[in-house]
Amino acid sequence: MAVTPAGVELAAPAAVGRQAPWTTTALRFVRKKPLGAAGGAIMLVMFLTAAFADVLQSHDPIATEAASTLARPSDAHWLGTDHLGRDIYSRIVHGARVSLIVGLGSTLLGSVLGGIIGLLSGYAGGKIDLVSQRVMDILQGLPLLVLALVMSASLGPSVPNVIVAISIPIVPRAARVIRASVLSIREMQYIEAARALGLRHLRVAFRHVLPNTIGPFIVLCTAQLGAAILTEAALSFLGLGVPEPYPSWGRMLSVSAAEYAQKAPHLVLFPGVAISLAVFGSNLFGDALRDTLDPRLRGA
Amino acid sequence: MKVYIAQRLGIAVLTLFGMSVVIFALLRLAPGDIVDVLFSAAGYVNPSEKQAILKELGLDKPYWRQYLDWMAQIFTGDMGKSYRYDLPAWQIIKPLVPVTIELAILSTIVSIVLGVPTGIVSAVRQDSSLDYVMRIISLAGLSMPSFWLGMVIILSLVSWLAWIPPLTYVSPRENLWLHSIQFLLPALAVGYRSSALIMRITRSAMLEVLREDYIRTAWAKGQRERAVVWRHALKNAVLPVVTVIGIEFAFLIGGLVVTETVFNLPGVARFLVEAILWRDYPVVQNLVMFIAIVVILSNLAVDLLYGVLDPRVRYAS
Repeated sequence: MAVTPAGVELAAPAAVGRQAPWTTTALRFVRKKPLGAAGGAIMLVMFLTAAFADVLQSHDPIATEAASTLARPSDAHWLGTDHLGRDIYSRIVHGARVSLIVGLGSTLLGSVLGGIIGLLSGYAGGKIDLVSQRVMDILQGLPLLVLALVMSASLGPSVPNVIVAISIPIVPRAARVIRASVLSIREMQYIEAARALGLRHLRVAFRHVLPNTIGPFIVLCTAQLGAAILTEAALSFLGLGVPEPYPSWGRMLSVSAAEYAQKAPHLVLFPGVAISLAVFGSNLFGDALRDTLDPRLRGA
Repeated sequence: MKVYIAQRLGIAVLTLFGMSVVIFALLRLAPGDIVDVLFSAAGYVNPSEKQAILKELGLDKPYWRQYLDWMAQIFTGDMGKSYRYDLPAWQIIKPLVPVTIELAILSTIVSIVLGVPTGIVSAVRQDSSLDYVMRIISLAGLSMPSFWLGMVIILSLVSWLAWIPPLTYVSPRENLWLHSIQFLLPALAVGYRSSALIMRITRSAMLEVLREDYIRTAWAKGQRERAVVWRHALKNAVLPVVTVIGIEFAFLIGGLVVTETVFNLPGVARFLVEAILWRDYPVVQNLVMFIAIVVILSNLAVDLLYGVLDPRVRYAS
């Protein structure tokens, strides 16, 4: 998609004082990036589902029902039941909560950690930069899932540990993006001015450089969110992610997968669709956001 | 070119060294040691027994010593002993390697065959409905977990063709046809995902190149579209694509971890998961190192290919 002048304008209000009302900005976004808006809508639905899971559920997601195991979708159980008679719909609704908490948590943790490393190494330059870049290279060299797998295995299965495990592979990616934007900001005149005023390096870095990396930072976060959700699903699928009794989309696939798939294909179908939709939404939204906020990153 | 190769080799060796430190640290930074984990499952254990096991595993030594021991093991080709099987780890890993390599290569081929042409067409027909459809399909590929896609493939074969793909490993000597299908299905599931990334990069690289002056000149000379796109443009757009294919190879191995499990293929990746679940740490440590080596070798291959494809790269260094 070509960068329209309107697209550039969209980014401007964040920096300039006089802001268009956010409704106008949102409407313009919908008109210019219909796909991105659709992604945003999917994300919104997911957020709402996670927030109001207790209201939206039709059954207790953990309650087992021996009388109706592996039931097909029906009026009583909209998306059927699993091998323990648990309601799939209610489990998917609650799974949104787990997916979002782990996805957002690990994305934020990884991006903030990586962002700080990128900020300091980009601002300091020299040997610090060289060393930290090599360390980031090394971390990035390992496949995301393998690294998360090893981390979660050595930390043990629990929600906070899964968040930490998934955040580590995000750190080098964040560090790289933030460093790149710090490198160009560092050379700006107002930074020179701040230094000339006698401000300390740390203050310049955090108060004057950092706020201007917010664009790439947001883009980075939306881009990583999808990957984080996928990784959580894979870890839980393998039995190394979110532990029982939390209903996790990934684990719903693992328990049901091999044994019951033939008898009850809905066991495999629905949780996978939920994962794919959530990630699809965040990818669509992230792409559009990248085009508007940071055209330079296109294709990256 | 010789200097360039030497430089790249040096960086690869350094990175490998760094990776070994990272892997070693990650497995030890975690709270509690291996023996604790082993014994928390077993319940009460008397302290002297624990001490004996620590000693047998060499865990009573200081960290730097443990690291050096591990390095010595790797250099002598001895990959330690598996707790679970009580066999040398290498003996267990060796037959698994070809399975994973075959799968990785097949998936890469699938991803290139799907990704590069669609990326080119998408760029040439930018903003057409074909472009939109292909971009949505590729984005969908990035969004679906490859293990789920694998499950859906198996399920649809079962319900529509009433045919169950072999769920145990078939060696090529036994039945080449079944073997190929058995590998092609997971390769499709994993390759589709990678093809999405390759398609996106091909598209954006092509879009950039297609706007260059020399392309306009080619058009002005009256060249056919086929010649302009495939002969002139693609040649210069291929560099970032090669990078992504190289990087993708690392991701691919990550994807294989789950896909091998779904298709029940006896590969390195599935065994890694098993070893982790069984807390077979010597095997985990060595397997992850093995994967790191494969990743670094593939990055090295990409770097060298760069030198061949783009003369600027080898002279700049």
